[in-house]
Amino acid sequence: MINALLWAPLAFGIVGLFLPKRATGWWAVLGTLVTLGIAISMVTGFDSGSSGLQDTVDISWISGLGVDYSLGIDGLNLFLIVLTSLLWLGGTAFAAFRPQEKPQLFFFLMLVAETATLGSFLAQDLLLFVLFFDFMLVPFYFLFGAWGSDRVGGPTAAAATMKMIVYTLIGSLLMLVGAIATAIISADGGHLTFSIAAIQQQGLGVDSQRWIFWFFAAAFLVKMPAFLLHGWMPDAYRAAPLPVLVVFSGVLAKVGAYGFLRIVLPLFPAATVEFQTVILVIALASILYGSVMAFTQTNVRLIAGYSSVAQLGFITAGIFALRADGSDGAILQMVNHGLVVAPIFIIVAILYERTGTEDIREMGGMALRAPVLAALFLIVSLATLAMPGSANFIGEFYILNGLFESKIVFAFVAISGVAMSAYYALRMYQRTMHNRKPDGIASREIGLRDGLVLAPLVLCILGLALYPQLILHRTAPTVQQTIAKVTGGQAPEAQLAQK
Amino acid sequence: MNFHEPHIEYAGISPIIALTVGFVVVLLTAVFKPVRRTAPALTFLTLATTAGLLIWQWGESKELITGALQLDDLAISISLIAILTAAACVLLSVRETASEEAGSGEYHALLIGSVLGMVLLTQASNLVTFFVALETLSIPLYILCATDLRREGSLESGLKYLIVGSLGSATLLYGMAFLYGGTGSTDFAGIATGIAHNGMLGDPLILVGIAMCAVGLAFKTSIAPFHQWTPDVYQGAPTPITSFMAVATKAAAFAVFLRFFDVALGPQVDQWAPALAVLAALSIVVGNVGALGQDSLKRMLGYSGVAQAGYMMGGVVVATEKGTSSLIFYLAAYAFMNLAAFAVIIARERETPYGDSYRAIQGLGAEKPWLAWPLTISMLALAGLPATAGFIGKLYLIEALVEGDYTWLAVFIAVGTMISLAYYLRVVAAMWMRPAGETAAGATPAIAGASSEADPIDTEAGGRIYLLAPAVLAAAATVFFGIIPQPLVDFAAHAGASLF
Repeated sequence: MINALLWAPLAFGIVGLFLPKRATGWWAVLGTLVTLGIAISMVTGFDSGSSGLQDTVDISWISGLGVDYSLGIDGLNLFLIVLTSLLWLGGTAFAAFRPQEKPQLFFFLMLVAETATLGSFLAQDLLLFVLFFDFMLVPFYFLFGAWGSDRVGGPTAAAATMKMIVYTLIGSLLMLVGAIATAIISADGGHLTFSIAAIQQQGLGVDSQRWIFWFFAAAFLVKMPAFLLHGWMPDAYRAAPLPVLVVFSGVLAKVGAYGFLRIVLPLFPAATVEFQTVILVIALASILYGSVMAFTQTNVRLIAGYSSVAQLGFITAGIFALRADGSDGAILQMVNHGLVVAPIFIIVAILYERTGTEDIREMGGMALRAPVLAALFLIVSLATLAMPGSANFIGEFYILNGLFESKIVFAFVAISGVAMSAYYALRMYQRTMHNRKPDGIASREIGLRDGLVLAPLVLCILGLALYPQLILHRTAPTVQQTIAKVTGGQAPEAQLAQK
Repeated sequence: MNFHEPHIEYAGISPIIALTVGFVVVLLTAVFKPVRRTAPALTFLTLATTAGLLIWQWGESKELITGALQLDDLAISISLIAILTAAACVLLSVRETASEEAGSGEYHALLIGSVLGMVLLTQASNLVTFFVALETLSIPLYILCATDLRREGSLESGLKYLIVGSLGSATLLYGMAFLYGGTGSTDFAGIATGIAHNGMLGDPLILVGIAMCAVGLAFKTSIAPFHQWTPDVYQGAPTPITSFMAVATKAAAFAVFLRFFDVALGPQVDQWAPALAVLAALSIVVGNVGALGQDSLKRMLGYSGVAQAGYMMGGVVVATEKGTSSLIFYLAAYAFMNLAAFAVIIARERETPYGDSYRAIQGLGAEKPWLAWPLTISMLALAGLPATAGFIGKLYLIEALVEGDYTWLAVFIAVGTMISLAYYLRVVAAMWMRPAGETAAGATPAIAGASSEADPIDTEAGGRIYLLAPAVLAAAATVFFGIIPQPLVDFAAHAGASLF
């Protein structure tokens, strides 16, 4: 089952290469739909009471080097997998509705990217994780570079992509060294293995943890991106084709946050506690910087991009509260953020088709003739600003609660981020949908097909708002176990009163 | 006085005999006009026979000719890599102006001669055979580099290689004399006993000798700072020869590195390894930075070869079985990656008037995907991205380095790889992310390294089987061993185990 989930996109992608141009888009949509079906069936088959791995596969892959092909799901990755397959369906379908250049290659790369992303969520072998993590970049490199748009007066798509690759691989390659060092040091001359569970059992000296921690943290913080490591983001976001950006922004940033939960916390507990404050400072800086940038930018892509920086800062802060509720909230928030940022980019694409610009100063009045589009966008915007009643509110509440209990000063700063998110989300909504409509812009209702892409995503936002326990209930046992290992097994204080 | 006939193990030297016979036969075809066209086929046959004989000897470990040569799995594996590259070179040389002008018989005979030197070198366990083998390898290459007679660059390349190569050889020979003086033996084993007796640092004679030998070998493997010849020679030589030199010479020279340093000087590893590690790190930096600004693909690959040699040096530095195995794995992977790249470059050299400049591959993705894919895979693999043999090779090397307490060198490899992305991905970007180069009349012809005036343009060259097959097969192997590396890992582990 788990194998089918991982390889289905790739299999569909390879077949799609040999299909006629017109069919290949629909074939890819079918592929992502099948993947989503498998992912959902895994949720239904998931034993929510267990904290351990389920549905595992463990085969020796390169025995001489101690690398195993080892996959599994638990509370940490279950819903990230669903999110991945859902957003990929959305992004692929949105792309399939539009003519693409070289469609076979485009959809092939999209599906390769899905397999790579799913692989990094599913991998339970440290090296396999690194492999998928690095490999994710390859399809996105081509998708951004070859289908992206050159910016007038700015870098070409190829140059912007190059910058992204160099930035992200700086972290990833150091992570490769870190991963190998982790396995070798923890094996201590014994049987070499990269299995995360085995390394966790063997443990790692505090001195080694200190430097290896930063090798991993660098990779994850660049991917998010966190403040000071975000230099690649503005150019890459402006160059990227929008359907690709839907999945890239919606899912890939989460791989970094997920990496902290899956690898850094369990394998380097001592270093995590030691550097908790440093990471929290970076996280808060990301929240503040991202928010401030988001309400000064005029390009809608960048507003969404910088708001992601802020949101990922929130998620990181939640994880590094080192309390169960903080991490519960972080996982919920990862799903939430994916669910809001993907529709935003789809709406950006729809707006661009109607206005020919991505600058909010040149937009406005779109709601006039497009009430449905406006309504959908309003729901997404309200979710982005974590309106009480939305799942984002619950996610941020959990995160802040965790932060309050562990580092109260940081919590106060983080709260300002919540306030600022209201400003940039509403600003973006108002400037595009309300105000006076400039001349030469057609206010046109969202098409049926785009509606079919957007509506399910918005429905998911609404569904989660009504029933966030769907996620929290299943993540709690694993999160509790993960956090307990870092904090030395102290029982976390009474869980939040369930909403 | 009794003369004892030395014991000769004929089965063991059969590959060498096969190559020698092949060398003579192929050379003779040049004399007899009716059979002139058979030279490539005969070369192929020779190489195949030799490979067969080597595989037959797989698993053996024995001294040949009273300790002059040592046949083991290390020698066999590296010889096989060299032969594979030579076979590819024969294919890539079909219709190459160089082989036609220099005479097909001579060209191919020299190629076999060089392979013979390499096979000898991988087995050398004595200073004299070591030197003779190295010269047998080098002298044909000096000539081969200059076979593109009408191109000034080719002649310059041959001459440069000759001068620098001779300098390297002279240094090596001088060092050998010191070593002999210090230890009283030409045998690696005898040298080891002599050094164990006196200590390596105690005797300046020995120390200077070892240092000079290392320098001589560093010339051949293009380790910085002894790499200066590499980009010039790579660029000027006929491209099939470049592809052969880039991989096979390096492989054979690394075999001696392993035998001389890891085995004979194994006990003194703490004394020489830091020095070689510094050379490795220097190569990684110099190679990667040097490759950044290049406009000729061959030059870029030359510098990249310097950096890659730095990575591989890590396998020597740690002086462990895993280090050796990782080096063999990397060499095999490197052979595939480089062959795919060079095959495409040759195809484009013949198809376009732009020689080996980046311009020649612009827009290749849309125009000729069958050529673009192998080059793409090769570049991604050289950059060490996952799902290619390059990634597994780096993983293997880094694992060996961290286990051998050389984590800082592993970090150098990671940093070097980061820099290398800038120039490897530039190639990929040129192919896929730019419109096809304007081939309008009056376009700038002949960028360095190629001459459009002389070489006829064959617009269908990329579709010809003798170019397409090596490109596609090498790329396929690169991906295959990236996904299912176990067979190659086993092969490398075997070879590594035979040394210790």
